[in-house]
Amino acid sequence: MNFSSLLIIVLIVLAGAYFLGRNRARAISHQGMRMHSLPNQYGTLMALWTGVPALILLVAWQLLETPIINHLLIAKLPAAMQAAEPAIIELTISKVYNLAASAGINADPSLTPAVEHLIALNERTLLLNSGMALSLCLICLVVTYKRISPNLRARVEMEKIVNALLLASSGVAVLTTIGILASVLLEAWMFFQIVNPLDFLFGTSWSPQVALRADQAGSSGSFGAVPLFAGTVLISLIAMIIAVPIGLMSAIYLSEYASSNVRKYAKPALEVLAGIPTVVYGFFAALTVAPLIRTLGADLGLDVSSESALAAGLVMGIMIIPFVSSLSDDVINAVPQSLRDGSFGLGATKNETIRQVVIPAALPGIVGAIMLAVSRAIGETMIVAMAAGLAANLTANPLDSVTTVTVQIVTLLVGDQEFDSPKTLAAFALGLVLFLTTLILNFVALKIVQKYREQYD
Amino acid sequence: MNDTNSMKLIENHKTTGEPFSKDVKISARNVDVFYGEKQAIYDASLDIGKNEVIALIGPSGCGKSTFLRTLNRMNDTIDICRVKGDILLDNENIYGAHVDTVPLRARVGMVFQKPNPFPKSIYDNVAYGPRIHGLAQSRVELDEIVEKSLKRAGLWNEVKDRLHAPGTGLSGGQQQRLCIARTIAVDPEVILMDEPCSALDPIATAKIEELIDELREKYTIAIVTHSMQQAARVSQRTAYFHLGQLVEVNPTEKVFTKPEHKLTEAYITGRFG
Repeated sequence: MNFSSLLIIVLIVLAGAYFLGRNRARAISHQGMRMHSLPNQYGTLMALWTGVPALILLVAWQLLETPIINHLLIAKLPAAMQAAEPAIIELTISKVYNLAASAGINADPSLTPAVEHLIALNERTLLLNSGMALSLCLICLVVTYKRISPNLRARVEMEKIVNALLLASSGVAVLTTIGILASVLLEAWMFFQIVNPLDFLFGTSWSPQVALRADQAGSSGSFGAVPLFAGTVLISLIAMIIAVPIGLMSAIYLSEYASSNVRKYAKPALEVLAGIPTVVYGFFAALTVAPLIRTLGADLGLDVSSESALAAGLVMGIMIIPFVSSLSDDVINAVPQSLRDGSFGLGATKNETIRQVVIPAALPGIVGAIMLAVSRAIGETMIVAMAAGLAANLTANPLDSVTTVTVQIVTLLVGDQEFDSPKTLAAFALGLVLFLTTLILNFVALKIVQKYREQYD
Repeated sequence: MNDTNSMKLIENHKTTGEPFSKDVKISARNVDVFYGEKQAIYDASLDIGKNEVIALIGPSGCGKSTFLRTLNRMNDTIDICRVKGDILLDNENIYGAHVDTVPLRARVGMVFQKPNPFPKSIYDNVAYGPRIHGLAQSRVELDEIVEKSLKRAGLWNEVKDRLHAPGTGLSGGQQQRLCIARTIAVDPEVILMDEPCSALDPIATAKIEELIDELREKYTIAIVTHSMQQAARVSQRTAYFHLGQLVEVNPTEKVFTKPEHKLTEAYITGRFG
């Protein structure tokens, strides 16, 4: 019996427990007793008690099985092998697993005891596992069934269990974040063992090529990330200069001026922009906008590189417009009509009403929308990779080619890499910086929104 | 009394009582209002005299608020609303082709059912109107207007130390008086009030009623109310609306003691809500 069929059996027992519990509760109440809770609440309680402990056991078993078995196997290996390096032991263990799976062929007699032990263990654990899960299931079922009585506060108990389940679910999200942060931190820490953090944060030269052999000439790699930060900021800034005014103004048009017919078609049309894959924006930026800017620049006598921050920023700005406009449109619509009426009632024009009453009232939401757009701009990779280039120039000139943090992370990790070279580890350090930046941005956005909330609600 | 009965009573109805006055500020003649296909007001003619408080009463959905909102064209903000007939402010038709709603609403201000202070400071709420109409030449002048308006609305003593705190932080009654201050800061000639006390507690209501009585010296006021006691306390004339018809207009005392029309009598004695 494998894991999935076991799971199905537990679920069937669980469903059975529900009906059993409900019917017992009904039967008791038919005898004229006054039950504390409704019959289906007794049923749910039965199902929860039957299912949850068994499922927890199954999951825990899955997590713990491999390390325990490995530990037991190592004991069966030849003594010489046990003294070897951890990496070699690991390799041998996986060999044992392979041999156990393809029974009969054994090239290495010294491993035979381990292989046989593994096969035996596998049989035993399966039996043990399913036996334990099912008996836990049944024990809980019987115990809960016995407990059903008019005095059992099934609803209260059920709500407590559900509460715990909800808590566990939200815990998963938090734990995942912590896990991601921990893994990035660990790798970044290794990077900072090799490269001085100050050189990384404040160095102005980025050239992550590292010599593959010790005797290779040149390229010891320099990891000054300032050009990347500058490139990210430059491109995001261009994008926001495009997206914020256009997005905001289209939101104002859609919510305040457009007739319901125009709005019905214009809003989804605008939101289509958000559905276009960023790679397609990348084509557009690299093949249409960048050459256009180059030609335009040449006509004006400017020297424009064929991959420019301006092209990437422009197209990214267009991509972000729907974020700003759609969210702002929603918040502007949420401003109560009574505020507009109050302003009109004083003889204000539509323009004055929008500028001085509606927009200030919607400001927290608009700031939130813009912050979301900024995080999106900072995290965007594809458009920049295709249109802005990979050259880490430290420049404020939008006509030059620049590169961003995300693009460098991608280029550092693409292809076969050794995971102990600073080149690869640099990606994690960059990731950490990116993570912290967006974290701070979100935090600031939240504070701004709260400040205005307190004032105006 | 049910709707079918009352409908018979107002079929081809001519307003009873004294809808017209001598010293006229606003005069409405043969006003019909439509929301799309549905007619909300039928042929209403009514004068509002200078420096009087006129109360518009009637059961819910009778058209009294709609009528009030036609007086400064607030109904323009509703797409499907159409108004027929003439409304003259100082003998000038406010629905004329060349009339701009902006100066009109500066002359005919409005206070709404729910207090709706702007998300600004108390000072900026009051200064909003004078600023957009360019009524003050200097900061000092603006300060004076704000102070005068808040004093006239009876709010000055409560807020003079926190003029720059948000207006939304005031209590409901204070907010409504702030909205009145905001309205009188523009120095209108007429103030329309749409159930200004319905969201307030009795003490705040009493304050506003007192204020309305004082404001009468300077302004013409039309007030929609659901409270008959309030109509009796603050107004000189009362107009009773029913199912879109202007049933009866008479001096307030007469309406509440010897109503001419059966429907008015039924309403003030509480036979419909």
